[in-house]
Amino acid sequence: MWIDENKMKCKQQKLLEIHNLSLSFQRYGTWLRQESLEVISNLDFTVDKGEVVAVVGASGSGKSLLAAAILGILPPNAIVQGEIYYQGTRLTARLQEQLRGRDFALVPQSTTYLDPLMRVGQQADGHRKPRPTERRKKIFEKLSLPEKTGKLYPFQLSGGMTRRVLVATAMLTEAQLIIADEPTPGMGVEQALEALQMFRQMANEGKSVILITHDIDLAVLFADKVAVIYGGNTVEIASSRDFERGEEGLRHPYTKALWRALPQNGFEPVWGTQPYAGSCMKGCIFAPRCSMRTWECEEKMPPIRELREGEVRCYHAT
Amino acid sequence: MPLEAKNLYFKFQKQESWILEDCNIRIEQGERVVILAPSGYGKTTLALLLAGYLKPDKGQILLEEKQLPKEGIYPVQLIFQHPEKAINPRWKLKKVLEEVGEIPEGLLTALGIEKPWLDRFPGELSGGELQRFCVARALMAEPGYLICDEISTMLDTITQAQIWQVILEEAEKRKLGLLIITHNRHLAEKVGSRIVELE
Repeated sequence: MWIDENKMKCKQQKLLEIHNLSLSFQRYGTWLRQESLEVISNLDFTVDKGEVVAVVGASGSGKSLLAAAILGILPPNAIVQGEIYYQGTRLTARLQEQLRGRDFALVPQSTTYLDPLMRVGQQADGHRKPRPTERRKKIFEKLSLPEKTGKLYPFQLSGGMTRRVLVATAMLTEAQLIIADEPTPGMGVEQALEALQMFRQMANEGKSVILITHDIDLAVLFADKVAVIYGGNTVEIASSRDFERGEEGLRHPYTKALWRALPQNGFEPVWGTQPYAGSCMKGCIFAPRCSMRTWECEEKMPPIRELREGEVRCYHAT
Repeated sequence: MPLEAKNLYFKFQKQESWILEDCNIRIEQGERVVILAPSGYGKTTLALLLAGYLKPDKGQILLEEKQLPKEGIYPVQLIFQHPEKAINPRWKLKKVLEEVGEIPEGLLTALGIEKPWLDRFPGELSGGELQRFCVARALMAEPGYLICDEISTMLDTITQAQIWQVILEEAEKRKLGLLIITHNRHLAEKVGSRIVELE
């Protein structure tokens, strides 16, 4: 009983907690047989108040689906298992619907999320009353969008400008949790830094940010911790300081490979591709591409374990 | 045989100011030119003009001092930033590649495209996997020039390094001229032989 109470206390300090999340898609195979395709498995993840958590990983590893699962905007053929707690309460579809747009804000990945027939200033203001036009103009200015941008339609904006409008839209909300799904591609480095700085600022004010990104080098400058996802599994949770120390600070071979592949760190690819979701693998999901693999790795999926104040899913990491 | 843009002017709407104003660029065969500029400076517009998707309001684009052909496969191929928007969603990927011609096995292996992917629809592959098909498709057209418009910003660093390695190798082998658009200075220094900053 005592342990249970303790757990409850822990939950209240955490804004979002994800336990054992698995996600699969129900679909039709040959002869109308239903198959289920697992795209995320056993994902664990927490976000504290005032924290920026960067989520990095392979394209197609399920990062955007994670965002959709938190918001409850998955397509109808998706089946979610596991638990997501928000401020200690378990999320249900109904609760998610109430929280979306109020407590949760999304910066979508695709620039097609804007209404093509509405001026972007109006869209960013939304249906809030009184209209937050003045504040919006300030945010636009901070993101170095020219003053007339508010009067333009989405097709008149470049890719980078559209992203900045999407970021501004999320900043205008009073949300406690901002989920930014690749907010920076198409922006110049200065603008990207400015946008990330604004996310940091929001976290310093007590909000929380999940930052899904490929720009690891930029993200670690602003994030508190980094979750690395590969093939629908969390392979490592590291603090940003570990990245500053470079390869030695990192734990999982995949994280090290990601770091080494940065143009400024050698630009060195690892051959092979991420296994397709649903391919039944017994062992470690990174084993086929890993230089450290042993028979053990091919036999059984390593559990996630604590290592040097971080977490890693690897038998051999030190 | 250089690819040249001479005094290009372009705008989308009559009343707005020029997006490209008196723009000149010359890319030699085998050269890898990187354009670095803040967003909204007309980089993508320039790419669309050079690849023949848009027509300039004034000025001309010349290949070997001649106008570009109006029919057949265009000798300047463009790879876009969003592969999911560049591929017909209702075609299996095999059909997408076969549209250009016979599928070269060697190129697919080099790009890390796996056989089973050919029987999938674009929606069933990730952005990184689709971008490999876009690169394959562009190279299969045997272009003299390849324009890469932020082709790797949506990809993880490992996939980015893989794809660039193949493009650079093929460019070397075929003496391709590359025009590369990116915001990443580190990437620019790694892949380019000349960097142009727009102002």
